[in-house]
Amino acid sequence: MTTRALQVLLAGVVSVLNVPWIDAQVVVRATRLYTMSGPPITDGVVVVRDGKVAAVGRAADVKIPTGFRELQAAVVTPGLIDGHSVVGLTGQFNQRHDQDQLESSSPMQPELRAVDAYNAHERLVGWVRSFGVTTVHTGHAPGELISGQTIIVKTTGNTVEDALVADTAAVAVTLGPRSTKQGKSPGTRGKQVAMLRKKLDQARDYARKRSNGGPAGEERPARDIGLEVLARVLNKEVPLLVTAQRTQDIATALRLTRELDVRLWLDGAAESYLLIDEIKAAGVPVILHPGMARANGELENASFETAARLQRAGIRVAMQSGYEAYVPKTRVVLFEAAMAAANGLSFEETLAMITIDAARILGIDRRVGSIAAGKDGDLALYDGDPFEYTTHCLATIVDGEVVHDTSR
Amino acid sequence: MSGYSRFLWPFFAAVAVSAAGPVRAQERPHAFLGARIIPIEGEPIGSGTLVVVDGVIRALGPVEGTSVPESAVRVDAAGKTILPGLVCTHSHIGGVGGADSSEPLQPDVRVYDSINVHDSGFRRAVAGGLTTLNIMPGSGHLLSGQTVYVKLRKARTIEDMFIRARDGSPLGGIKMANGTNSRRDPPFPGTRGKSAALVRAEYVRAQEYRDKIVRAAADPARAPPRDLRLEALVEVLDGKRVVHHHTHRHDDIVTVLRLAKEFGFRVVLHHVSEGWKVADEIARAGAPCSIILVDSPGGKLEAVNLVFQTGAILEKAGVATAFHTDDWITDSRLFLRQPALAVRAGMSRKAALESVTLAGARMLDLGDRIGSLRVGKDADFVVLSGDPLSVYTKVLQTWIEGVKVFDRDDPKDRLHAVGGYGAGSDQEPYHCCFGDEGGAR
Repeated sequence: MTTRALQVLLAGVVSVLNVPWIDAQVVVRATRLYTMSGPPITDGVVVVRDGKVAAVGRAADVKIPTGFRELQAAVVTPGLIDGHSVVGLTGQFNQRHDQDQLESSSPMQPELRAVDAYNAHERLVGWVRSFGVTTVHTGHAPGELISGQTIIVKTTGNTVEDALVADTAAVAVTLGPRSTKQGKSPGTRGKQVAMLRKKLDQARDYARKRSNGGPAGEERPARDIGLEVLARVLNKEVPLLVTAQRTQDIATALRLTRELDVRLWLDGAAESYLLIDEIKAAGVPVILHPGMARANGELENASFETAARLQRAGIRVAMQSGYEAYVPKTRVVLFEAAMAAANGLSFEETLAMITIDAARILGIDRRVGSIAAGKDGDLALYDGDPFEYTTHCLATIVDGEVVHDTSR
Repeated sequence: MSGYSRFLWPFFAAVAVSAAGPVRAQERPHAFLGARIIPIEGEPIGSGTLVVVDGVIRALGPVEGTSVPESAVRVDAAGKTILPGLVCTHSHIGGVGGADSSEPLQPDVRVYDSINVHDSGFRRAVAGGLTTLNIMPGSGHLLSGQTVYVKLRKARTIEDMFIRARDGSPLGGIKMANGTNSRRDPPFPGTRGKSAALVRAEYVRAQEYRDKIVRAAADPARAPPRDLRLEALVEVLDGKRVVHHHTHRHDDIVTVLRLAKEFGFRVVLHHVSEGWKVADEIARAGAPCSIILVDSPGGKLEAVNLVFQTGAILEKAGVATAFHTDDWITDSRLFLRQPALAVRAGMSRKAALESVTLAGARMLDLGDRIGSLRVGKDADFVVLSGDPLSVYTKVLQTWIEGVKVFDRDDPKDRLHAVGGYGAGSDQEPYHCCFGDEGGAR
């Protein structure tokens, strides 16, 4: 075969993979349908046309088109959303070549973009997809004071561009011992915050000088892609994703965002149950540590009941799979949320953490997070209560494509 | 009771306690009535009675037809489920410090010389229904030391937790590892071939040491000088000490089986991520497997082929299979999650429940004392709120030898079950004579 012929053939294969309408016409029937845009529906149906939800309701009330592929399950939910992960930047092998989640050459590198590091073919992405996860907020990991930017992706696609829902979703900041280094800066909590203040002050100054040219006679500063993204943080265009587990670090995150007048997504937040009033008063959402996060180090006081306590107080909560340095290399957000279902939250309150509430926090609820006409055709099909250990995810559908299917 | 004996009673009580050691023994018989009892050996009893006297199971059967001693404390357990105390064949709780970085084989190191009994991990373990652990040193060595089998009694010293042989010595195995974790810079091995060669050479030395001792039986003057390293390995060669062998990849598993056959040692294979590739070979060798189910494959090269189906595949091949927490790898409070996920992946319920009880007990040579509910066995059991394999089920109480060691209704215990502020700190010591810890609860 000639090289040219091979290229043509490969291009054909790739385009087949990419064309959504090939397999984007689906009818899904559910004994129990959780739309998260209204009460649960018994004997419900979802019609997905050209990758979008065309109709949803009781089977008796919805006109079912002919010629569509039909699937059936006991329980159907919106595709699940992982509030914070590192899949695609971390790979399964845990070797240097597949670990792109953390760059440690400098403590503050806001210019690092997750799109430049995300591997759409990473097996761990397919792994979480097989449990019903369709959208992931992923990117640079906790571990440096400013570790980089995050993105939001669908768990499909041949390239990161195919998968992308939102670029520069947030700038990731880590407070507390994980981002301090012995003999280097930051070496203490106080120094961390001093460095952040200085950096953001610098960004404010940079933005002002870039737009105005600065005071008379002052030269317009050269373009700095790190300060540029921090200027977007100061504009409130991009939020700060601040990982803080201990009370003092959570309090610092709240103080800093108040002082700098920026948007905050509070991440991890193991001891947040001690600061419920403060978090609520700040109007800040929480992307909570994994339900089964190991109770040691700065998470030694973590509680299975935190999700319930925050949500009951009126704080918006998403669940995350987080970052794992060893085994398991990724957690599955469905399993992590299940801990909240078993410890104080109702089924639907738990489901909200990994669907509509996660979508609202991440600012993507116009597209995903619930099943409603016009939204993306992202669905998860289960043969029972999704949170039960013994239940199977039968199928996962992204943009109307059946991307995981145990019936085949 | 006369005035005289009333005066003496506290004195005698104190003597009795000190003779038994500071660990509290069961004071009154207890009878649990109306629970669904899953004895593991034998069929589940829909509404049963469990009678516990002096730390031992005295009677077990349907409520009708099982007599309860008059002196027994009667506990209404209707709607609850009772399961034997869970056995974890592989744990690292207690701030374990085994072998150091000086050499790859350190059989003289005893893990029980390093354990902090106040570690909050022990409180989380009883909150998960665990009653017996095999506490092991790590896997960064070909042989990282002697393991110790413990009961999670309330303890002041590790001795309070020992499970003892008839001669009073603490029971335990020995921890070995192959594959990537034990491959390090010299003097550690750099390859798999070298790893096996070092192990072989060490066991040959142990064989020669044993031969010298046997030859000197008639004339103790000719006995070799005592060698604490080789002494432990002779216990392995004699089958008194089981090898608990960390191994993941299919070829590493087969290497363990080869060495076990060559030196005749008894082995339990641990982790066994690729056990599904060599299930028949494992079955033929008669080696039991203590496996772990983590939430995704990978994290290290030799675990990229880990599957949820390993339990089901080993069961079909006829391999005795247990699960372990490897705590801190997985949380002891969530131990029952593993057999449940294994059922999800095709393992039978029966084998799955046995895998966290009797199968593990047998791997520690304790199958005649623990792991199932049978008359005469230790009264180690768990009271659950429902089906053992449901995410919604809570461990309500954990009992060891007829003594309650965890009660979800007690706020101090609940803190460890659920987590919260202070849950991570060392638990306060058990005082024998002060405060509520000393009294009957």
